[in-house]
Amino acid sequence: MTVIRAAIAELIGMFIDDGQLALTLVALIAVVTLLVKFAGIGGLAGSLLLLAGAIGLLVESVYRDARRKKAAD
Amino acid sequence: MTGITTITSTVTASFLASFVEVVEAFTIILAVGLARGWRPALTGTVLALLLLGALILLLGPLLALIPLHLLQFGIGVLLILFGMRWLRKAILRAAGFVGLHDEEKAFAAQADLLVRQAADRRADFLAGTAAFKAVLLEGVEVVFIVIAVGAGRGLLGYASLGAVAACLLVLAIGFLVHRPLSRVPENTLKFVVGVMLSSFGVFWTGEGLGANWPGSDAALVAIAVLFVAVSLLTVRLLRGSQPGRIGATSP
Repeated sequence: MTVIRAAIAELIGMFIDDGQLALTLVALIAVVTLLVKFAGIGGLAGSLLLLAGAIGLLVESVYRDARRKKAAD
Repeated sequence: MTGITTITSTVTASFLASFVEVVEAFTIILAVGLARGWRPALTGTVLALLLLGALILLLGPLLALIPLHLLQFGIGVLLILFGMRWLRKAILRAAGFVGLHDEEKAFAAQADLLVRQAADRRADFLAGTAAFKAVLLEGVEVVFIVIAVGAGRGLLGYASLGAVAACLLVLAIGFLVHRPLSRVPENTLKFVVGVMLSSFGVFWTGEGLGANWPGSDAALVAIAVLFVAVSLLTVRLLRGSQPGRIGATSP
């Protein structure tokens, strides 16, 4: 059971390390999908928006963690 | 028609990501083998490989039932989450905010645990379980990586080739040196893999959304270049903000 629990935890941990980053990425993908499907912004425009947003969220997450680690020192 | 760019990227991403995972599993198997004996180490390894094989046989055919656009979108989303996690950690490690992973320390910690468990009557079972767990957990990641980078364009064969090559290379080096592969530049590899998986993620998700990327498959390279540029700039700015910071190592 411990091994199965560890495997499940590892499976979830594969995708979620910083919970806030994972959540905002999923929200970003959902918004972009809605814009493409219902607001007619086009697949390429949506994909470029996704790329820009993902990079922005990555940088924000890294800086947030770095600030937290600096404050903890 | 799948271009050479996609095939090369698929094999490279699968090879590098699998290499990192197999190195970590190898460290634990080696610790079990040297501290407790090769019987529990190999038993645990073989059982985990059999379980992984059964999972692939069970779940593999289901992929063919999913429409391609939906598959690309779903895999793309998972790859963005998976790749970003690797890239985020690699940036923090490169900037000195998170300790570098140290295979020697991981090996010592596992060997020390096994020595402390030596008096336990279940010592062989515990050692075998450690090997089983390491192979299963790292193996699940390898299977996901192979499916994620290969299934979007029907390149599972190429992706598997990359993973198998990584396994064989780690085993060959491990057989020769007979110690943890601590000189492998793990963080650099994780940085590269994080960039590649994130790029694949955005690319597949875009395809799933119906995007016609300019330059077709070459857009994958452009996305990767952008991720590299932003990541390296972030590392540089973070290092500059705290020049004296040196990352410790962690098992």
